[in-house]
Amino acid sequence: MPLFYSFFKSLVGKEVIVELKNDLCICGTLDSVDQYLNVKLNDISVPDPDKYPHMLSVRNCFIRGSVVRYVQLPAEEVDTVLLQDATRKEVAQGKQPQKSAS
Amino acid sequence: MEERESSTSHTYLPGTASLVQEIDKRLLVVLRDGRTLIGYLRSVDQFANLLMQHTVERIHVGKQFGDIPRGIYLIRGENVALCGEIDPELEGRQELERVSIDEILEAQRVVTEKREEKRKRREQLLRSRGMRPLDHTDYDI
Repeated sequence: MPLFYSFFKSLVGKEVIVELKNDLCICGTLDSVDQYLNVKLNDISVPDPDKYPHMLSVRNCFIRGSVVRYVQLPAEEVDTVLLQDATRKEVAQGKQPQKSAS
Repeated sequence: MEERESSTSHTYLPGTASLVQEIDKRLLVVLRDGRTLIGYLRSVDQFANLLMQHTVERIHVGKQFGDIPRGIYLIRGENVALCGEIDPELEGRQELERVSIDEILEAQRVVTEKREEKRKRREQLLRSRGMRPLDHTDYDI
């Protein structure tokens, strides 16, 4: 499973802020994520509702992964050591030739 | 590792974090170019291509908004920025005023004109100082 996909899956249920490439920021609880890093957020709020009035009538939303610029994560939920290890492991696996069957 | 929460039984569709659950609901879709469409979601696939029925394009200007009927829309997934189900309770609560199509189009025209004017002024200013104006693509993702 791709590293960042499984990483995001471990953050399901946590509060995140997603910044889109059109500068819209959406704060909400991470409901689900898929392999394209599309995300679904629950109980969303936008910091600048006057500028984005259409977002006021939506409670849960789906955001296409391709339009996401940043995701702000709760620092205490991110185990950077684990992430580093996982990255090294992935690189090491990638180097071994013809062992992708498992 | 299979602790799916609300997306139970719809996990067969790869990708699209299960928009399947939103089918036949009244959805608000924000496109990459900033337009807002509202309609009933009838079909969806793994690219987030959307088929919407009874679609209206909603234009917001300040505290006013207007709906332009558009019919059936097939939106190519790459143009979708986000979508979400409209909560009727939240929709009723907001203090926005619905106006006629003509009024909202006029209001939009005024705003666009002002923005365009501002952009031209900035462009002239930059040119007069020997700088190249930026590409005007700031409100498309």
